Formats: sequence, C-alpha cells, structure tokens
Amino acid sequence: MLTIDCPHCGPRPETEFGYGGQAHVAYPEDPSALTDEEWAGYLFYRDNPRGEFAERWVHSAGCRKWFNAVRDTRTYRISATYTSAGPVPAGIVRPRTDVPHPVSKGA
Amino acid sequence: MNQRNLPEHPDFLWDDPEPKSSYDVVIVGAGGHGLATAYYLASMHGITNVAVLERGWLAGGNMARNTTIIRSNYLWDESAAIYEHSLKLWEGLEEELDYDIFFSQRGVLNLAHTLQDVRESVRRVEANRLNGVDAEWLDPRQVKEVCPIVNIADDIRYPVMGATYQPRAGIAKHDWVAWGYARRAAELGVDLIQNCEVTGFEISGGRVIGVRTSRGRIGAGKVALAAAGSTSVLTELAGFRVPIQSHPLQALVSELHEIIHPTVVMSNHVHVYVSQAHKGELVMGAGVDSYNGYGQRGSFHIIEQQMAAAVELFPAFSRAHLLRTWGGIVDVTLDASPVMGLTPVDQLYLDCGWGTGGFKAVPGAGWAYADTIAHDRPHDLVAPYGLDRFVTGHLIDEHGAAAVAH
Amino acid sequence: MTSTGPQPHRLETGGVIDRSRPVDFLVEGAAVSGYAGDTIASALLAGGRRRVGDSIYLSRPRGIVAAGVEEPNALVRIRGECDESMLPATTVEAADGLDVSLLSGIGVLDQRQDPAEYDTMNVHTDVAVIGAGPAGLAAAREAAATGARVTVFEQDFELGGSMLADPTQHIEGVPAREWVEVVRAELEAAPEVTVLARTTVFGSYDGNYLIALEKRGDQFGAPARPGVSRQRVWHVNAARVVLATGAMERTVVFADSDRPGVMLASAVHTYLGRYAVLPGQAVVVFTTNDSAYPVAHALVAAGAAVTVVDARERSVSSPARDAAVAAGLSVRPGSAVVGVDGDAGEAVEAAWVAPIDAAGTPGDAERVSADLVAVSGGWSPTLHLHSQRQGSVHWDDQLAGFVPTGPVGGQFLAGSVAGAYWTEGCLEQGRRAGRRAAAETGHGPAYEAETAHEQPGQSERAARAGTTRQLWIVPGRAEGYARHLVDLQRDQTAADLLRATGAGMRSVEHIKRYTSIGTGADQGKLSGVTTIGILTAALADQVPAAEGSPLTPGDIGTTTFRAPFTPVAFGALAGRCRGDLFDAARTTPAHSWHVEHGAVFEDVGQWKRPRYYPQEGEDMDAAVTRECRAAREGVAFLDATTLGKIEVRGADAPEFLNRIYTNGYLKLAVGKGRYGVMCTPDGMVFDDGVSLRLAPDRYFMTATTGNAAKVLDWLEEWSQTEWPDLDVTFTSVTEQWATTAVVGPRSREVIARLAPDLDVSKEGFGFMEFRDTVLASGIPARICRITFSGELAYEVNVATWYGLKVWEDIAEAGADLDITPYGTEAMHVLRAEKAYPIVGQDTDGTVTPQDLGMDWIVSTTKEFIGKRSYSRRALTEGVRKHLVSVLPVDTSLRLPEGAQLVEPDALGDYTGQSLPVRPIPMLGHVTSSYHSQALGRGFGLALVSDGRNRIGETVLASFGGRFAEVLIDEPVLYDKEGARRDG
Repeated sequence: MLTIDCPHCGPRPETEFGYGGQAHVAYPEDPSALTDEEWAGYLFYRDNPRGEFAERWVHSAGCRKWFNAVRDTRTYRISATYTSAGPVPAGIVRPRTDVPHPVSKGA
Repeated sequence: MNQRNLPEHPDFLWDDPEPKSSYDVVIVGAGGHGLATAYYLASMHGITNVAVLERGWLAGGNMARNTTIIRSNYLWDESAAIYEHSLKLWEGLEEELDYDIFFSQRGVLNLAHTLQDVRESVRRVEANRLNGVDAEWLDPRQVKEVCPIVNIADDIRYPVMGATYQPRAGIAKHDWVAWGYARRAAELGVDLIQNCEVTGFEISGGRVIGVRTSRGRIGAGKVALAAAGSTSVLTELAGFRVPIQSHPLQALVSELHEIIHPTVVMSNHVHVYVSQAHKGELVMGAGVDSYNGYGQRGSFHIIEQQMAAAVELFPAFSRAHLLRTWGGIVDVTLDASPVMGLTPVDQLYLDCGWGTGGFKAVPGAGWAYADTIAHDRPHDLVAPYGLDRFVTGHLIDEHGAAAVAH
Repeated sequence: MTSTGPQPHRLETGGVIDRSRPVDFLVEGAAVSGYAGDTIASALLAGGRRRVGDSIYLSRPRGIVAAGVEEPNALVRIRGECDESMLPATTVEAADGLDVSLLSGIGVLDQRQDPAEYDTMNVHTDVAVIGAGPAGLAAAREAAATGARVTVFEQDFELGGSMLADPTQHIEGVPAREWVEVVRAELEAAPEVTVLARTTVFGSYDGNYLIALEKRGDQFGAPARPGVSRQRVWHVNAARVVLATGAMERTVVFADSDRPGVMLASAVHTYLGRYAVLPGQAVVVFTTNDSAYPVAHALVAAGAAVTVVDARERSVSSPARDAAVAAGLSVRPGSAVVGVDGDAGEAVEAAWVAPIDAAGTPGDAERVSADLVAVSGGWSPTLHLHSQRQGSVHWDDQLAGFVPTGPVGGQFLAGSVAGAYWTEGCLEQGRRAGRRAAAETGHGPAYEAETAHEQPGQSERAARAGTTRQLWIVPGRAEGYARHLVDLQRDQTAADLLRATGAGMRSVEHIKRYTSIGTGADQGKLSGVTTIGILTAALADQVPAAEGSPLTPGDIGTTTFRAPFTPVAFGALAGRCRGDLFDAARTTPAHSWHVEHGAVFEDVGQWKRPRYYPQEGEDMDAAVTRECRAAREGVAFLDATTLGKIEVRGADAPEFLNRIYTNGYLKLAVGKGRYGVMCTPDGMVFDDGVSLRLAPDRYFMTATTGNAAKVLDWLEEWSQTEWPDLDVTFTSVTEQWATTAVVGPRSREVIARLAPDLDVSKEGFGFMEFRDTVLASGIPARICRITFSGELAYEVNVATWYGLKVWEDIAEAGADLDITPYGTEAMHVLRAEKAYPIVGQDTDGTVTPQDLGMDWIVSTTKEFIGKRSYSRRALTEGVRKHLVSVLPVDTSLRLPEGAQLVEPDALGDYTGQSLPVRPIPMLGHVTSSYHSQALGRGFGLALVSDGRNRIGETVLASFGGRFAEVLIDEPVLYDKEGARRDG
C-alpha cells in the first residue's frame, strides 16, 4: 500500500487513487499530421524505466484531481508530487524521445 | 497421486560454466522462455553453441513466481494457435524432457457471474472449439460437479452463472519445468551462465555482434531477448523501445491441506485464481497492481481483495492461512498479447509482453522463438505478434474481448 | 468449575499461569488439564506428553520443540463451529472445552460456512513498537512519555518477551515481571497509547505501512458472537517504527535430533519459567554458546539432573561456563551430542556425547541417560519485518547470525533483533529508540543525528553474547546424514541438502526449491540459518568467498523474507467484505416496488436492475414477450435510473464535448438532446449516450450503466491533463435523478396525465427535445423525448427522493391502459429490433463506430479523440467486422449469444462432435440474440467479417456442437423507416 501525497489533499492511502501511467506525454497537437509510426508512438509507447519515473495519478476517492508524482519503480519511494497545472519541478525525468519505437522487419 | 510424496529431482541438473568468448546465439534471460528457447534451438535446429545469460539465479524471475496455470482457451485465432500449440507440447513434455514436471490436466474453470460474463464465455467456448481447443460451457450444477467446493448458491453477491471449462488445461510445477529444460539444454551443450547481467549490446552496421555483461564481453552471432519485465531496460540499451509496461503481479500460497480442490478455478469478475497444488497448498494469483514496478512486490490491499473473493466463492477457505506472498514483474502490452519476432537491429530478437500468460506459453513460445531465431524470420505462430501491429492497428486484443487474465 | 487432571510435570510454584483458573480440554480425545495462561503445548508438557503428530513424509515420531511461533512439529486442528485447519499448539491459549487433533503436517479445511466475523481497523500512529519484550516496552514507555501517539504490538498474549522465561531477572530494582506490569499499567493509562497483545505485525510495507492481525478474546470452541469480530486486521500508518522483535534460537542438527524430547534450550527455559513445567528430569543441555547456561541453572533449581555439553573448546573463554562449573554443574567442553536413543514411545532416553575436534569430527561417544536434550545452536535476530522492507543484513561472525546492517528509513532497531543479547542492552537500545522515534514525530526533545559511538558497538554486542561456536551439524555414530533432519516440517535431511549441492545447486534459492527446505508452515524459522550454515560447509570450495577469508554464511546469503511473518487466515483478510458487503449493491428508489412486483434482478455493474417481471405461471420468455408487446402496442415503463448522468458545465463545455464525442456538439440547441459515441484514442467505441443541452454552458450527459464511473474519470482526465485551458467541470448526478422511461404508442396519454402542464403533442414536443415541468403531483420534473426502442417514448427525470412516488404515479396514470413494467431483457429485445447497439455487448473494445454502421455519427470535419486511428492500415485496408442482423432459417430458433459464424462450406467433415482437426475460420459471432415478439421469430445481432457486403447471404451458426443456417440481414429489422418514434 503506497501512501501518496496528493498535492491538494495531503497524504492518503493508495486505494483512494487511480494510476495514469507516464506523465508529460501530451496528446499530439495535430494528430492528422503524424505518421502512423508517430501515432503508434503516442498510443502504445511509454517509457518503462527501472528507477525514477514521472507518472500520473488521480485522487479518485478524494478531490478527483489528476497530478504527477516522481516514484522510483525499484523502491516505490515517491520523492515528489506536483500538480498537473503548476510548474514542473526541476530534475523531473521527461519522456524519452531519443530512443525510437520501431516497426519490426519481416513481419 | 499420493499427496504426501513428490519424487526427487535428478542427481545432477546443470553445472556452472565460465562464459566463453563468443556463441552462435546468446539468449538473455534464463527464465522459462529463455531456457525453452535454448533447448529447442539445440534439439530442433542443431544450434548448440548457445549461452543463456541470467542476471540472478536460473529461473528465479517470473518463472519462480507464477501460479502455474496452463490453458489454451484464448479468444482470438492467433492466441489460440500459439497457446494450443504450447498445450500440445506440454502434453508431451514429461517424456521429451525425461523429467516429472507434475503436469496435471485437471481442467480449468473460468466462472461467469453476470449475463455479460455468460455471453463472453459462450463466445470464447464456441471460438475455442472451432479452433480445435477443447472447451465446454457448464451450468452452475455442472460447475459444482467439477469443483464441489465452489459456492453456487444464488444468494451470494455475484452468483456463479456458469463457467467455461477446458478439461485439458491444468497446472505443472514451475521450477521443475524450468529445470527440466535447463538440464536437457545443458546436456545438449548449452552454457547456462548465472549471475551474469547484460549491461549493453555491441551493434555494428545495424547488426548485433555481442553483449557486454557483468562478466565481460561475449560475442554473439545472434542475440535473443527473453527477459519479460526487464525487456524495456534491455532494448533501450540496444537503441529502441518496446510497447510494454512492467507491473507487479502478486501471488500467494497457503499451508498444506488435504486435497479438496480438484481443478483450477479462475474468476475474472471477482479476481481470484486458485488451484491446490500436489502437496496440498492452495496457490492463488491476484490482480495486477496498477502502478509500474520492478520491486517484485505489490500492495497488500490487492491480496485482501483477493482473499475476500476467495472466501466468497470457496467458504472452505476461510480458515486456510496465507503462508507466503510474493510478486513478479509482468510485462504488459495494451492489447494483452505478447510481442515477438524481429527487431530494428539485425540478428536481435524479441520475446516479451506476455503479461500474466507467460508460463503457459513456455513450450510454445520457446519452440516458435527458436524457429524464428534459427531462420531469421518470424515463424507463422510468431508473425502476428510483431511490433508492426501497433502501427497498423492489427492488434490482438485479448484485453477488451473476453478478458481473462493469467 | 471443572476438576483439573494430573499434571505430573507441573512445578508446585511459579510461572505466569493462573492456578485459580484450571482449564480442561481434549487432545485426540484424551483429557488434558492446565491453567489459564497455558498454551496447548505447555499443558501437554505439564501432563507429561511431548509427542505430537508424526512427521509428514517420513512418519518419524516428533515432539514439541519450541515454545513460540517457530514450532515446527506441534501442529493441531481445533474443532468448533468451523474447524481451525492448522495452528501451532505453542501459540494457542489453553481453554476449556477445546477439542484438539494432532496433525502430521497437513491440515484439513472445514467445508462449513465460517460463522465468525472478521473486521479491519485503520490507524495512524506516531510510533509503532513491534514487540513487547524489554526493548519494546522500554521504547514504548519513552515514546509515550513524550505524549506521542504510540501503538505497541505483541504477538503473545502476555507482554514481557524473554523476561517471561526468567523469573530471576530484576529490572530497575524490581523483579522483571513486576516491571512489565508497571510499564503495562503506565502505557494503558496514557491516553494516546494503545497496547495490542495477541497482535502480530505480519507485514511491513513501503512507507512504514504495517499490517497486523489481532486475535480477539475467546478463539476456539466458543460460538461466534454476532457483531464481535473474532480476529481483526490492523492497517497501520506509522510515522516511525521501532522494531523490537527479538531473536530466535537455533538448533544443532545431529542424528535423530528430531526425536521427541529434543527441544530448544530457550523453549525449555520458557516452559520452566513461564509455565512452571519441567519437561524432563535428566537433561543434557547441548550448546554452542553461553545462552544455555541460565537454562541449565534453572533446570537444576527445579530439581533436574543436568549435564552440559558445550561445543566450545576448553580453551575458549566463557565466564558463564566457568560459573556453572564452579556451581557444581557437570560440563563437558569441546563436546557434542552425536545422537540420541529413543525409548518404546520413541522419546529420548539417552544422548550420545562425544568430544569433537576443530573440524567438528567427533571422537568416541559415550551414552548419557537423558529424557530431555535442550539444544542451543546460537541465536538469529528476528529480522523478517526488517527484510520485508529490503533492509540490508550481514553475517556477524562473532554473533554467529545475520544481523541488520542498519535500520530502514523511518525505523529503529532495538534489542536482540539488532544483536543486543543482554537485557540491559535491550532496555538501553529500547529507550533510545523510543525517545528518538518520538522526537522525529515532533514529540519530546530533539536529538542530534545518531553518531556511531552512541550505538552499542559490535564489540560490546559480541562481548555480551560471548563466543558462539558455529557448529551446524554433528556427524553421527553411523555414516551418512539421512537421519539428520534439517527441516522438520518438510522432512528434509542434511543428506537431501548434500544431494542438492551435488546436483550442481549453488544458489540458496535453488537449494530451497530442490529440497523444499524452508517452504513449510514455519517458513524455515527454525531451519533457515542452520541450512545456510550447513551449506557453508558443503560449498566451502564451490562458491566464491569474500577475498582472503573463508566462506561464511554471509557469502551464501538468505532466501527472501516475505509477508506474512506468521500465517493469517484467509477469512481474517477478507474481513467484512463477505456476503452482501463483498461489494455494495446499488438500488434505485423504486427497488422496493420492483421487489413487490416480483422482479427478477440482473447485476449490471454494482446495480440491481429488474430483468423481467414474471406473472403467475410465466417463464422469462413469456414475461418478456408480454412486456415487449406492451411497449410496441400499448404502453410500458422501465426504471432507467441506473444510467450514468453527468453534468458538464462551463463556457467551453460545447468545445469539450465536441472533442470527446465523434459527432458535433457546438450547434446543439438549448432544449435539445443528441446521441453521441465516444471513442478511445485508438478509435474503438468506449461509450455512448444522449446529452441534453440545458443552457449554452451546461449539458446533461448520460452514460451506460456499467461505464458511468469510467466515463466520469475519462472526462476528468482529458479535461485536467490535456485541455486544462478549457473552462469545463463535471459533476456526477447519477444519484440525484431518478429516471423512468415511459414507452409505447400510448405513452403520450400517460405523460399527459402525469404532467398536465406539458404540451405533449407531436408538434409541441419534438423528438430529442426536453422540457422542465411540474407534474400533477407538484413534483418538478425534466421530461425528454428519447427512445431506446423506436417507439414513441419519454424519459421522466425527477429528484431521487421522489423516484418511487413518481414511478407509482406513472403506474397509476397508466393503469387503465394496462401500463406494463418491463425489465432489461425486454429493453434489449426492443433495442435490438432497432439495431441500437449496447456498448460492451455488441462491442468489445475492438469495434469502431464505422463497424457499427454509424459513419453518420463520425465527423469528418472536426478533430475528436480517436479520429487519427481510422486512417491506420488495419482500418483502411483490412476487412472489418460489421454489425448486422442474423435471422435463423428456423424461425423458432434463438441462437445463443456468443455463437460463432462460419461459411457454409467451412466445416469440411467436422460434424460438431469432438473437435475439428484443423481450425475452422470464423466470420464473426452473435452479440445479441432474442425472440422477437414483433417479428414473431428469433433474431440476433452479429459482428460479421465484411458483414454489410454479405447481406442476403446464408452462413452457419456454430453453438454447442450444433450448426444452424442463418441469413445475414440489415441491422434494423423493425420499423426501418422510423415511423413509430413520433407516435
């Protein structure tokens, strides 16, 4: 049971929250301008690090607000939570854009 | 079967070789998939200059942590094909490996608790049968005949409205399966190298030529990943991403009890999956924890919810005791189907994304993966599972349709 | 008062038992007597019985070994209203009337319903103290003195821990047990302190989240008490945790060391001091360390003849041994017990004692008469909870144990869990931990960070513990190790261990799995470290050691510690979530009416919805046919309250809906409604429903019953995380409105009577419009003209608390028209005749609006969620499945929902019996299927590959080993022109 510090309500048990996967993955500005590969990147590809991960949570059984947390996926320790709307704290690990998601060949 | 006695393991299993400077094929991950792949490479394709590299101890990841359910009653053709192929291999595996793996075809019940469950169940049964997968729809009375301890009273919160039943499904002993493959692979010349973590890939001209490890560089003609939840970490080292997310999946076991549960019962609606293993312990799987995690542990409320569901369906379990809980790392895709095949890097192959279904697929996936590696092209069973499906939209959505975990 | 039976091994005085309260119970049908304060095990020993159930696989005779949770042998089943399947007799309080059976390692599950209640408590505490021995009590006392909120957990039913065994100890000038009572009284008097005995913290999770199980009061035999939980699971959020969990003693393995009469020395001490039971008269105390000497003295004081066999060489300094010799005890240094002989009852009657050399090899053995062998192989800190948090541990070669390297964050270690094996050290560490833990929660004086020299150093710990010889196993008088039992629960021997290493096993995890050592109900509490010790010897030249030193158990390492520390009943973890409370059932205001009118209910999400209302003698088909006829030919009404309802407000509400739904919402006029479909980003149908525009900035959205919560979450997610610039908010109003659909050609008459102020004319109240009005009853209502049947229909929405009243008013208003209540089954038939899909039934997450034939609802001019996905290859080039209707050629046939469809020639020689030799390609499946009253035949909806281009074709439906010809037809089968919706 994680204890998650909702930026609006304070620390609450995990059972009050819903998980939203990686944070800071914006819905594409103009989806129609994307190639199928790029669109697949948005739909299906998220970082999956062993270590610090900026991720989204929603306080479903509380204020219903979405917010972001930085959590270590090895230790589960949450080092920061911050609102979706506010500034992004320094040092937050942003989604990888330098590593491509591929189409396998020969399939 | 005498509940009180399991035969012993063989006198010798495998030795602990130093890695050679290079191999024809390096398999990363000595779990069920990696070991089976090594075995089939050696036995089916004559490729024996093979190393299986394992970061920790052999078969110590999800292979040591799953609830050992084996079935092939998946909805879609592509899934039924590979899982049914796997089940057929399971049926000959004790003989093939000369190892008593306690493969017990005691049948699997998937319970239905709502009218929508019933529709989805019947749909799956009918599809299974046309795909050559043994499947039946049972009414509650028949469910009770197969598993007398299930509560089919209609005054419980979500009464049992029936179940799908696959008689050929069942369980096996996970460690014994892994060790059976490991022993035979080692006998055929495969090097099983433990405590050897892959820290990088050597890629030249778009082709993999070796791996860097905690025990030095190892050259490789081909490299096959079989690292389940750790795949993302590896492919990033190789320069590409895979569409998987790694989540904790918990399981648990009770103390030993005289056998009262003759089959395997799964209920997706109330989230419980339970069998009683040969020695008499109840083995249960829980739902996947919501968050990403590599910690091999999850949150306790998941266990509590599962216990509530178990006691609701099986009143006899109320005074069974939780003895041990643990967690694996499951690699989940958005369509709940695996990712297999070639990658953007030549001679580097991918087998991941099995989520909660990896154990039952061990023989089938290993067999088809070995063929894919040997011939450098996706085997027919593998082809639908390529990375390209995420681009084209040809998903194999076992999630949305009649989702049944494990 | 019952008369208490003979207790030949009970001492005249002493013990923490209440001699004024005798207890009598049955073990294997034989009477056993004891006192309140006994366990089943101590009462058995008092009665002279130490043999328990035989071992699980080898059927070797076994006896009581321990006095606590580490007991491997004395497992019992206890009869009652619901039998207890398997418990260690060493932890079960003796009570009148218990009916106990001895087990051989396998329990028996009672198949009766467990009548007991279990519950859950959630608490926050500043300082959680785990363990109420000297360290824990000292910690709790100090923390409590600061005013911090303190919760003390003790698994035993008595506080005191190690102090219970030794009545000779004094603390702060008073006898230890008196001190315990003083501290207990202090703690219980403190307003912010909770002391929980019989409560085991069995799980330690991230963020100092602890899970504990409390056994509450009379456990067994007594009937369940309604409203009183038998066990309680505590969820504890602790700001700081003091781990004062103590240490557990180990045995030394020798030939037949599993025989009844071989016990842990500390257990003997406990039976003597705590229970006033002398388990043997002629005792060999076999030890590798000093800790057994107090036991030897206590045995002598109780009148036993004692021989101490001390594995340590004479040259090893041991003041404890010197003092024993001086006191006249017989001590044999440099020796070991190499085997035991058993009497007819298989219990120990003699020990074979031999000198051993530095390598542990014994010399000539001498037979020493003994009815009890008390063994101490050293101590292992109880670090399970520490390790569950991934706390690091290391091998301390002087203490001869795995010791926590340091506490995990937010925790403190105090007492013997940290290797402090002397009482004053435990107290000092406890006090310090309690003060500091409280200080870190803002109570009491602040402290500087701990500096190294303040902690009891390794050298002091080691000096206090004395020297422990790391002796794990003693060769027997005969060759081999097949009678050297290592894990008593799994019946595994040292020979089995050597077999595992011989098979190439090196990792302790593999050896555990090869042998199954450590997997029993005690999870290796007794066998774990001994196993590692034996492996250290066996693998001395096989496994790399730390540079320049011999292999130690630290190089082998432990297996992983996992929750729970001790077994926990499934029922306790289920807690209150059983029966009706397993999952809340939601009912509508008119539920009581439905019940009174004989409704059969269906679970839809958490809701209970009437499925149909059978009348006398009707089966479901007859009832549904009657209900459908009423809706098509007269008037019928449906409780539609369960539909999800969401108010969407804000200046940008139109724009927001425009992005969420596939169709446009900007131009929807106030006072009108529109049906919409929402999709996931990959273009698949997610939900549907009608939204009413209440005002320029305000919509009333409906969602499907089962999906309502998900839809609300969906809207919030997109609004907050993607489009925070849009001014829009969402409020669930599902519970605020009760909705009744009034359906059928004569519904207008009913509405006119119900709402006399409303112009219900076709011209005055158009389709997909709504009106706010006041009903004849004076109740305000919002009435919409929406149809889910194709008939003229209205939906009457009123405040929830008027729901039943308005439902009854509708029934009354339509009584002379024979208005008929109908349920979800008839609703499904009516909508299927019109091919209105049900999301989740006719779709499955792989279906687009286009697949449903709803191209008309997919805007080509605006952007919306999912749109981009429709241009992917699989959706543009591939063959898609389309929603069509299927008509069985045999019109009386109703296909099972889920039936698969195949080409007529696809079967080959497959007859439906057994299974086809190779897969038969499928075209799709039947998603919905009913008997249509209006059409007078069976019909269905189906998702069929390229279905819209197959209309008019006949295919085969496959179900239950049968096949039936079905005609593929256009989806809409009834009133294709839509002539009926306006009445």
